[in-house]
Amino acid sequence: MLDAKIPSGNLDDKWVDYKGHCKLVNPANKRKMEVIIVGTGLAGASAAASMAELGYKVKAFCFQDSPRRAHSIAAQGGINAAKNYQNDGDSVFRLFYDTIKGGDYRSREANVHRLAEVSTNIIDQCVAQGVPFAREYGGLLSNRSFGGTQVQRTFYAAGQTGQQLLIGAYQALERQVALGNVTMHTRHEMQDIVKIDGKAKGIIARNLITGELEKHFGHAVLICSGGYGNVYYLSTNAMGSNVTAAWKAHKQGAYFANPCFTQIHPTCIPVSGDHQSKLTLMSESLRNDGRIWVPKNLGETRKANDIPEADRDYFLERRYPAFGNLVPRDVASRAAKERCDANYGVGTSKQAVYLDYAAAIERYGKIEVSKQGLSDVSTEQIIALGKEVVKEKYGNLFNMYSKITGENPYEVPMRIYPAVHYTMGGLWVDYELQTTVPGLYALGEANFSDHGANRLGASALMQGLADGYFVAPYTVGNNLADDIYNAAIPTTHSAFEEATQKVAERIASLKNINGKQSAESFHKRLGKIIWNECGMSRTAAGLKQAIADVQALKKEFWSDLRIPGEINEYNPELDKANRVADFIELGELMCVDALAREESCGGHFREEYQTPEGEALRDDENYMYVAAWENKGAHEWELHKEALKYEVIKPSQRNYK
Amino acid sequence: MSQNTMNLKVKVWRQKNANAQGAFVTYDVAGISDEMSFLEMMDILNERLITEGGDPVAFDHDCREGICGMCSMYINGKPHGPWQANTTCQLHMRAFKDGETIVIEPWRANSFPIVKDLTVDRSAFDRIIQAGGYISVNTGNAVDGNSLPIEKQNADEAFAAAMCIGCGACVAACKNSSAMLFLSAKVSHLALLPQGAPERKSRVLKMVAQMDKEGFGSCTNTGACEATCPKEISIANIARLNNEYLGASLTAQ
Repeated sequence: MLDAKIPSGNLDDKWVDYKGHCKLVNPANKRKMEVIIVGTGLAGASAAASMAELGYKVKAFCFQDSPRRAHSIAAQGGINAAKNYQNDGDSVFRLFYDTIKGGDYRSREANVHRLAEVSTNIIDQCVAQGVPFAREYGGLLSNRSFGGTQVQRTFYAAGQTGQQLLIGAYQALERQVALGNVTMHTRHEMQDIVKIDGKAKGIIARNLITGELEKHFGHAVLICSGGYGNVYYLSTNAMGSNVTAAWKAHKQGAYFANPCFTQIHPTCIPVSGDHQSKLTLMSESLRNDGRIWVPKNLGETRKANDIPEADRDYFLERRYPAFGNLVPRDVASRAAKERCDANYGVGTSKQAVYLDYAAAIERYGKIEVSKQGLSDVSTEQIIALGKEVVKEKYGNLFNMYSKITGENPYEVPMRIYPAVHYTMGGLWVDYELQTTVPGLYALGEANFSDHGANRLGASALMQGLADGYFVAPYTVGNNLADDIYNAAIPTTHSAFEEATQKVAERIASLKNINGKQSAESFHKRLGKIIWNECGMSRTAAGLKQAIADVQALKKEFWSDLRIPGEINEYNPELDKANRVADFIELGELMCVDALAREESCGGHFREEYQTPEGEALRDDENYMYVAAWENKGAHEWELHKEALKYEVIKPSQRNYK
Repeated sequence: MSQNTMNLKVKVWRQKNANAQGAFVTYDVAGISDEMSFLEMMDILNERLITEGGDPVAFDHDCREGICGMCSMYINGKPHGPWQANTTCQLHMRAFKDGETIVIEPWRANSFPIVKDLTVDRSAFDRIIQAGGYISVNTGNAVDGNSLPIEKQNADEAFAAAMCIGCGACVAACKNSSAMLFLSAKVSHLALLPQGAPERKSRVLKMVAQMDKEGFGSCTNTGACEATCPKEISIANIARLNNEYLGASLTAQ
């Protein structure tokens, strides 16, 4: 059994006690300690800024041309915090409880409670940085609802919350760059971890402009490189988002936890054809006001607006009256899939459901009429007023929809379908966010720790910033305190030389395949295998087939890949091939994990394990553990388990009815 | 929705690296669906170039949903192409007609040197932010978020300025390659908020100095930046910047 090193004591006191007793590094020693941070999204940028403010020498790396472009920027809807500004009964405990329940009782109590505790500090910190959150007329912060909760605890900045939070963290980071405390390496990608005496002591990074391999020493290495949703090829992730840093860590001994726990987001713009390169999310905040439906009749041919109320099936409201359109993501996605599989889908592909704003527009219009004290208003005027309100709340999302589809969502219901959005699985970490390799940490989406088998909306931003601003600065320091006697190791050390050699050989072998097919074409095929067999629903037979298919694909990749251009130049195709090679290996592990977990929980739905109503059927007796996989060579992994002990919450079947 | 396909020509700027001589090369792209995004059309071109043994066109892109600011193409004489308030990645092929020739160039500005083909180096923007585009507050120093009410109008205006994605289209559109819209968006965002007040004067002076040092041109109020900005950042921000700068300069020690 794996030991997560959870502090003893009451759940409420663990983090406070930890902070009160953890070891410290004095300011003079901090200046001698070097910390490497890979990735500059919310977790990486906030960690880099906070660690540098403390006095550590930070080296940060991102593959984009600027740290401001990390994919956290695309998060739309909001960030949760247990502020209880709305006086609607929120509290640290309730946020903790909702997150554990939302995760279908597959996350670690102590970590989630800490997350809920620091959530309020995050909002304060971001406001102090000048993050322009939405405000009410009284000048105070505004909140809205998200899925899986019955309170309003989500803070937001229109549909661009991730952008605003990331810009806040980016500015804090650039301030430290200016002060000389952070060295920023843009257009660099980590290629391997360097270990000395079993501890992480640096990385090999590739300069993506020159192709040069660089050696960097660090007393600690923090992987903040995000999730692996792009294993599916089509996802809401950015094109460059990749698993490479996390996968290299895994190959160097870091266990990979719950890789099959992936989140399929219910409200995305449906796939329109084979040319598609990525999918676009329509924020979960749209489910605050939008109603999701399909036609009641099979073979319905009328246009959406011509279908009368009596012939519409608001299937989420029908199946889950208590939470309605605001059920958690996994539940909403499966319900949409169920309707489409039963041939009630809409649009040309029939793989879509309607997200309808007509009722909300009318409701807001009526509120405006009474607010403005109007009388004698026509229905058209009410609708026009309502559209203005909806535009203010969701305008950028509606614009995005119309640009992509060419349809006007103010006039006709949007068509939506689930798409891969987030990965709850990731590098296994203990309470201190340290992986099974000493000195190697994982923060944000790159780790597995807080969201169990399903993440609630507006919690990814919260976790990324919690880890970076408020957790890692303490926990990494606690371990660095033992390292103060160890001077920086020169990168002429043989371990750095050997690691560089290994990376150079791998890149050369990829380049020397000289086959016929592009990295992109392999990636597309991998995505199809994983989406079909390890997507929204999974079966033992399908997963076994997928494992065989991925293994075959790997063979073909390594014998028929074509990379144009040279190694020692700016070569995006080489970068892509490097990432796809890692995705292929991860894809196999995801299927292995999904096959081993013979239960359904959260986003992991095994068709063999469901209730008569089609809900996920957990097996707490046999599977209440974190599956942490140790790499044992090509196609081989050993399973280690971390038992999940629920001391405060009593697991039950999730009920949103 | 019905899909129409079209055959197009794309005339693309090819340049091996920063020091090489560049030139336009024209390619045929066939069977393009009008539902494709512009970058998906580029993907198809690149896939063909790779299978034919050629060198694919290098271009920056990442989120493909109009928010990361990475994509940067000068399409038919306009940064980000023909649509208003749009990024290249959100441009769809509906915007073009069968048989058309599309001209694609990189951002052109001395302060944005070309890396390869359509990829440019925009690190000058990061250095402008480093000069003062932040509020100096270390982690852990914050008071309760609601202890500082902010007038909704100011908060909304600050947000409108903070929407800048740092893509550089404003510079590419400007005949002087001025970065004033980018800079003014950040200065406005922080000047409109009470949290930004303590450093208000030094911020604007330092950021303008850095902008000049990077070699960006002057603003002559042509307004091409505002017209081309994918996030519709208002040119009124430049007026605010000028005010801030003048005020700060007059009272500077």
